[in-house]
Amino acid sequence: MSSKNKHRITAIIAGILTAACLMLASPAGADSAKDPIKIGGIFSVTGPASFLGDPERKSMTMAIDQINEAGGIDGRMLEAVIYDTEGDPSRAVMNARRLINRDNVTAIVGPSLTPTSLAAVPVAERARVPMISCAAGNRITEPIKPWVFKTAQSDIHAVSSIYKHLQENDLTKIAIITVSDSFGESGRDQLIEQADDFGLELVVQENFGVSDTDMTAQLTNIRRAQPDAIICWGTNPGPAVVARNIDQLDIDIPLYMSHGVASPRFIDLAGDTAEGILLPTGRILVADILPDDDPQKQILKDYIEAYETRFQEPASAFGGYAFDAINLLAKAMKGTDGDKNKIRDNLENIENHVGISGTFNFSETDHNGLAPDAFVMVRIQDGTWELVD
Amino acid sequence: MQEFLQYFFSGMTNGAIYGVIALGFSMLYRSTDLINFSHGEFVMIGALTMVTLTMGFRIPVLPAIIMTTICVAFLGLLFERLAIRTVRRPEPIVLIIITVGASIFLRGTAMLIWGKDAYAMPSFTPHPPIDIAGARLLMQSIWIITISVLIAGSLHFFYKKTLAGKAMHACAINKQAAWLVGIPFKVMILLAFGISTGMGGVAGTIIAPITMPAYDMGTMLGLKGFCAAMLGGLGSLWGSVLGGFLLGILEALGVGFISSGLKDAMAFLLLLLVLYFRPGGIISAVSVKRF
Repeated sequence: MSSKNKHRITAIIAGILTAACLMLASPAGADSAKDPIKIGGIFSVTGPASFLGDPERKSMTMAIDQINEAGGIDGRMLEAVIYDTEGDPSRAVMNARRLINRDNVTAIVGPSLTPTSLAAVPVAERARVPMISCAAGNRITEPIKPWVFKTAQSDIHAVSSIYKHLQENDLTKIAIITVSDSFGESGRDQLIEQADDFGLELVVQENFGVSDTDMTAQLTNIRRAQPDAIICWGTNPGPAVVARNIDQLDIDIPLYMSHGVASPRFIDLAGDTAEGILLPTGRILVADILPDDDPQKQILKDYIEAYETRFQEPASAFGGYAFDAINLLAKAMKGTDGDKNKIRDNLENIENHVGISGTFNFSETDHNGLAPDAFVMVRIQDGTWELVD
Repeated sequence: MQEFLQYFFSGMTNGAIYGVIALGFSMLYRSTDLINFSHGEFVMIGALTMVTLTMGFRIPVLPAIIMTTICVAFLGLLFERLAIRTVRRPEPIVLIIITVGASIFLRGTAMLIWGKDAYAMPSFTPHPPIDIAGARLLMQSIWIITISVLIAGSLHFFYKKTLAGKAMHACAINKQAAWLVGIPFKVMILLAFGISTGMGGVAGTIIAPITMPAYDMGTMLGLKGFCAAMLGGLGSLWGSVLGGFLLGILEALGVGFISSGLKDAMAFLLLLLVLYFRPGGIISAVSVKRF
């Protein structure tokens, strides 16, 4: 009996040793230079936020294919592993864990939304894996988390673009009307916070629900407060209803919108009532009419052309977030052989990287890297966009 | 005064929308004892079909409304035949959960057909906003209010004056007794679903010009409509219309005089209060029983 047990133990030990030897041997045996570098992607490919996640997924694969066609990073190919969060923060955490523990990715791009990004941040931080979020929320990189970066322009810049324009036009009393979701609330916080810096006075603040169909009551309140300008912060279709209601009530005050409606769809929805509305937008929307000396013009044109020929749908700013993230990563990965510490350090030192969303200058104190000039102010004129200075 | 009137108009427009949707809930409840939580999705499908017919196929407004109503009613019939009637043990709670499932299914299907973007269509009649004592009322709001009241009126007529309406009511009171006197209750339930969802379709068509329909608009509309129906008295037709208007106007006044942040909270607070003091709603048509 005891000898049988002994035999069994010996057999087990032998087995473990063999397995250990094999595991140790395998990295040395395979040609590590030929191994692809895996990059994880976490996007809201389906669900309500798929308008973000779907172009992001497509742009990520496109950027990786472009890099691979050009010879990869130091001879190693990139490989994308992409999971879908459906916009759910708990799924974002699961996906991040799976990418890190099972797929052994070198870096993560995404998630697409502020809540999903914030949920995934602790996972990436603990595992010490560089993560570049594609969401807009300031809280992702504020305060600075060593391993977390983001490529989307933040509300801070959008608000300061609008406020600068107000200041230049001597408009001081402003009314704000914001949607009651995370986008609107984050915008409202910034609008309130920065008002003093630009010497503006908020005379009235109103809200509207995501699927409200009539905002005349709120606008009547705004009219009573007699502001110099109205700022509406929301995503379709609410702001289009606001534009129509303003027309209905015949309120003749300059109307500013957020970058949340910077798409041709907004002009479709608001129709004639969109005329004269001012809003900040990333340059991709106005790539055609940018002056030729704009540093982003060429890369924007290339991206739009490549995206539209490959996917047969209009390119959007959202896909640009993932496209920028991959290209920034590619830059940071050169010469690191997949060492995550080095990649992180290189990311933090990237300067003057011209991307889709703007020119990135990362530093120890700035993990978004963009300045207010990532936005340009446009006016809707004759059913299309027109640059304003 | 001008402001008060403007809040009032805003409330009337929203209220009429809530009212028509509430009618659909009440009508089905009255006839089948069932609450169809996918009703809001039928409204959404009505609105999106209307946009497709008028903007895509360039069909004039009136035929488009009729075609949309028929389409949505037909969908409702299919829903009853395929999902409700086939249930082996049709207990209320099972059926209600089926309707919740149906709403998810319909929303998903609509997303695949129409995509995730919102759509826009012009008003039925291109008339500038009407100026009444400094307050502005959209022409489309007048259409919505008129059509809502018209629907409630014709439903009233249907229940009081037609044999089918009375038979439907009889089924709701006692299925077996109705069957004993020769009323085909299965057909009646089918009909009730058709009419109720068809009304949802009409609601969708008339609100399409002012709401910018999208695949996800149905949930909130359904909830508000349900709220209005409970407020007025579930099962009572005029109660639903009243509940809708009350809800809409109080919301607008709340936004105007208190705060716009409390708009949705106000509706549900109102509902709680009414349920506490008058469990059957303002005009209670049916005796209330607890599960």
